[in-house]
Amino acid sequence: MHLRERLQHPAAWWLWGLGLATAASRTTNPVLLLLVIGVCALVVTERRDPAIPNPLPAFLVLGAGIIVFRLVMTAILGNGIHGDTVLFTLPTLPLPEWASGVRIGGPVTLESLLFALYDALRLAAILACVGAANALASPRRLLRYLPVTLYDVGTAVVVGLTFAPQLLADARTVRAARSLRGRDGRGIRETARLAVPVLETAFERSLGLAASMESRGYGRAVHTSPRGRRFASALALIGLLGVLGGLYGLLDSSVGGALGLPLLALGVLLATASLAVGARRDGRTGHRRERWEWTETLTVATGALAATVLVIASVQAWPGIVPAQSAQPPPVPLPAALAVLVAGAPAFFTPIPRGARR
Amino acid sequence: MISFDRVSVRYADAPVAALHDVTLEIPEGELVLVVGPTGSGKSTLLRTINGLVPHFSGGTLTGTVTVDGLDTATHRPRDLATVVGLVDQNPSSTFVTDVVEDEVAYGMETMGLDPTTIRRRVEETLDLFGLTPLRARPLLSLSGGQQQRVAIAALFAAGPRILVLDEPTSALDPVAAEEVLASLHRIVHDLGITVVLAEHRLERVVHHADRVVLVADGHASELLDPAEAMALSQIFPPVVGLSRLAGWSPTPLSIRDARRRAGQLREQLVTREPAAASELRAIGPSEPLVVAGVRVVRAGRSVLDRVDLSVSRGSITVLMGRNGAGKSTLLGAIAGQHPLATGRVRVGENPIDPYAVPARQRVRAVGLVPQQPELLLYADTVAGECADADADFGVAPGTTAAVLQRISGGIDPDQHPRDLSEGQRLELALAVILAGEPDVLLLDEPTRGLDYGAKQRLGTILTVLASRGTTVLVATHDVELAAEVADRVVILADGEIVTDGPAREVLASSPAFAPQVTKVLLPQTWLTVAEVAGALERSA
Repeated sequence: MHLRERLQHPAAWWLWGLGLATAASRTTNPVLLLLVIGVCALVVTERRDPAIPNPLPAFLVLGAGIIVFRLVMTAILGNGIHGDTVLFTLPTLPLPEWASGVRIGGPVTLESLLFALYDALRLAAILACVGAANALASPRRLLRYLPVTLYDVGTAVVVGLTFAPQLLADARTVRAARSLRGRDGRGIRETARLAVPVLETAFERSLGLAASMESRGYGRAVHTSPRGRRFASALALIGLLGVLGGLYGLLDSSVGGALGLPLLALGVLLATASLAVGARRDGRTGHRRERWEWTETLTVATGALAATVLVIASVQAWPGIVPAQSAQPPPVPLPAALAVLVAGAPAFFTPIPRGARR
Repeated sequence: MISFDRVSVRYADAPVAALHDVTLEIPEGELVLVVGPTGSGKSTLLRTINGLVPHFSGGTLTGTVTVDGLDTATHRPRDLATVVGLVDQNPSSTFVTDVVEDEVAYGMETMGLDPTTIRRRVEETLDLFGLTPLRARPLLSLSGGQQQRVAIAALFAAGPRILVLDEPTSALDPVAAEEVLASLHRIVHDLGITVVLAEHRLERVVHHADRVVLVADGHASELLDPAEAMALSQIFPPVVGLSRLAGWSPTPLSIRDARRRAGQLREQLVTREPAAASELRAIGPSEPLVVAGVRVVRAGRSVLDRVDLSVSRGSITVLMGRNGAGKSTLLGAIAGQHPLATGRVRVGENPIDPYAVPARQRVRAVGLVPQQPELLLYADTVAGECADADADFGVAPGTTAAVLQRISGGIDPDQHPRDLSEGQRLELALAVILAGEPDVLLLDEPTRGLDYGAKQRLGTILTVLASRGTTVLVATHDVELAAEVADRVVILADGEIVTDGPAREVLASSPAFAPQVTKVLLPQTWLTVAEVAGALERSA
């Protein structure tokens, strides 16, 4: 009998992913963004959780879809970026006087396309970070560590998270079944007829899961009054909103740090208070919880390093962080690139997940 | 342990009550089998035990259900979780975690047992259910039987005194079903757990039961002795049918008991040995289904490997094998649903490549009824569904309705397809597919959730279709269906064909797939009760 292999703590992977996503959100430098995506792919290849199907490819495909969509829309509608390098000209659709602000067709410039590409690439990189966190530690595993106050909300989120990929699988099954009736069209009517059975199947599965969790004792109130529970949940929700608002303020450079920091501090305070209230009624216990060791700390540190360097870079406006839209490849700030690369190190020093040995 | 006192259940908007005035007392440590046709109220009865009816399902319950002294009216299912565990028909949709060991621990964690107790109980439970070698495996990678065992273990670990199971073996192959029942048998006998289970495949479970409850139209009988109950019941396994034919009393329930009594019957039958290997039924020389060197790769794993199969017109071929042997994939490949890595498929009287023609043309050559027939149904009434099918297949209006009329015992055209019983839903899906008049008809696991009556009707439909020239290929775990209808049996294992031959030869020689009548009368190779009855009549 061999010992149970050690798995990295899921919170460490999610914090790492969050750090990397923060880093990606602060730059539109395509080289840095591609590095972020590369780091995600590398770490996932080396250390992904073998218990779940790998969700990263789906997130990457989604990112690619966003990029293509942005480029096509920019080519047709333009995006207000004026450039000199005209690549090709689309036939213009004449519009009435009142719609003068909108154009359809016309010259497509390299600059506007590059702007769209960089911006969409940033979103794709953030998605890759979320996908990587999902692949490295399944959200269900993370749920086990969620404080009891957030447990109810967390479960809803997790069921939601597993709902979406399941919906895709269902859609595929239903489409296959449609073709058995001689229908393989892709028209709007056809899609509309798919929607009902797909949603029905997904809905029934969710109900099944809910019934199973109910009959397995999920959400048992352990010696507590409903009032206390509601109080703690309300505190937690407000705190969470505060944290999110504060983070948004910090991340979105147009708002500036002035509003962000106090909001974040208030949110953290409220959230902590709710955890303290909630902890008194934590009836759950843990079975073989993953321990927090030096690899976890180091993993979070590498993610945090990338985030910190990129935030400083964008605040101090290093050259190349927000590159100009020109045909020349943008300069790559070396410290930023290094910081992103260091975030790839967990692919090597973290414990190898069970079942991954070949 | 569980007591029902004048319990009635009526769902909102339902014209009749799902349960009528049920009074029942189930003592501790018994394995109770609930027997009844589909739609008789079995599932409702099971779900009242842990309070999912009415707390989760809605509806009104009158009377009282008391479980280990707790009234389900005042205790919600989550509060009863320490007392009752309920295992659903399809366990994979109820898993809350990703890994076997975590799933087993989940219930105890929510109950707040201390970690050392959890640790000890996890180890004990894994051993008890033979899951230790699988403890670190992802749940999604397990076979159907293993998943079912994990689901039972996960509930058992939380320490309930009662386990309730709804059709635990319906989706399983015969060997996996045996594993699940052996686990149940052990916890009832060694640990005094009370088990209540409902199952259509009586041939698998009835000899494990201590007591039987017969349910019909919402009325439940009292606790009966299994042998007595089987003598009364409208639904019974083939071994009971054989016993009724031969007039054995008391009714034997296991193969072993029946064999002990069967000496005389065997002597009677010895001169009437069934034709050893009857010529395969077939119409004409054509082969409307040819599969050559087919290999299918799904999710990086090769599911079918160099499969060769050709089926002659007007015959019924049954495809058997373990869960995950590649049966469904083979049917899908024939119906043009999974891209082939190598090999080719030709199907239809005028052979076509299902991958090269549009769906409209393909459905004329091959029709597939999938494992979940409801996937084929979209409309909100049966009549609407038939009209849609006429339009889909481009046939004269009324065709599908006429087919449905022919194969079913009259379905109300205004009903919603989701409200039909499993058997009716299958017949509707079958009618939809048959509207396209395919040359080759494929059915994937059609008997899941069907009671014996519906199953018999399905057998008749298939036989009539074959005699009219339709080529039928059925994938199933149901050996009794195979014994009823098959001309030829093909057994798949690990994506390869391992046995292929006349049904009688293959079924009689396989320990896992032999039907009950064969097992009782070996070395003679009778397959069904009807066959034996026919032979006896001729000799009389």
